[in-house]
Amino acid sequence: MQSAICQSAAGMSFFSAQGFVGLIFLVTIGLIIAGAFVATTSTRLVRCISGLAVCFTGVAGAYYFLLAPFVAMMQMLIYVGAVSILIAFAIMMATPEEGDTPGKKITRFSGPLGFAVSAMAFAALSLLAATTDWQVFAREGSGDMHHIGMVLLTSHSMVFELVSIVLLVAIMGALVIARRGRD
Amino acid sequence: MYLLNLYNCLTTYLVLGALLFAFGIYGLVSRRTIIGMLISSELVLAAASMNFMAFNRFTAPDPAIGQIFTLFIMAIAAAEAAIAVSIVIAVYRNYKSIDTEDIVDLQG
Repeated sequence: MQSAICQSAAGMSFFSAQGFVGLIFLVTIGLIIAGAFVATTSTRLVRCISGLAVCFTGVAGAYYFLLAPFVAMMQMLIYVGAVSILIAFAIMMATPEEGDTPGKKITRFSGPLGFAVSAMAFAALSLLAATTDWQVFAREGSGDMHHIGMVLLTSHSMVFELVSIVLLVAIMGALVIARRGRD
Repeated sequence: MYLLNLYNCLTTYLVLGALLFAFGIYGLVSRRTIIGMLISSELVLAAASMNFMAFNRFTAPDPAIGQIFTLFIMAIAAAEAAIAVSIVIAVYRNYKSIDTEDIVDLQG
């Protein structure tokens, strides 16, 4: 089933160069899982955002393993460097002192029910990913930064311009919303 | 060893994406503050990006399309985070709280 998707690993030693790369990937997986766990289960929001930054660092490592160093760099730059810092500023500006106080009536069942729903989604998606026979197409193009730039500014230039307009409108809207109500 | 060759398998990345998605859904359902829900939605977006990058590496004919789509997802996520943070600040200024249970003016 996985002949083309998953190359075989016959005779790979733990101390060879390939084995060391595999070990680094295991560390990356550990970063992703630990960061996501801290980001969703911690009661203090500062720990949540720290876990989110760790998780995004792990995701950037996974992008590097997926032969996309440019996207990995952008992941570090945008998510870890910009989005996490932005949310950290929001936590510093808009959090009461006591933080997340548990124990109101409506949210008593939301934890176990949310866990059940997410566990079912994870099981279904993993089963689907493991049992589907994915069709592999022949590669055309290299996928390096030069190729990405060419495709981005020729066949995807319209979306590129639209994204810049969306970013402009979003930043102006954010300024207007945050400004309203202040004298 | 099979464990050391995980980075060459499509299934590994798909399962990682499903894991990120599940963590994001759990956080969205169980969180009580707006910022916690925002953090969880960022996890869901990261899961979508992970799936695009995995299929881009292993099955797609042109290996630039998935990377470009992931870059667009990053741009949209940055815009979404900026607007969400400004909404959080506006809500906190009006209600002195970011708890979703306190923002219930229409409940009576």
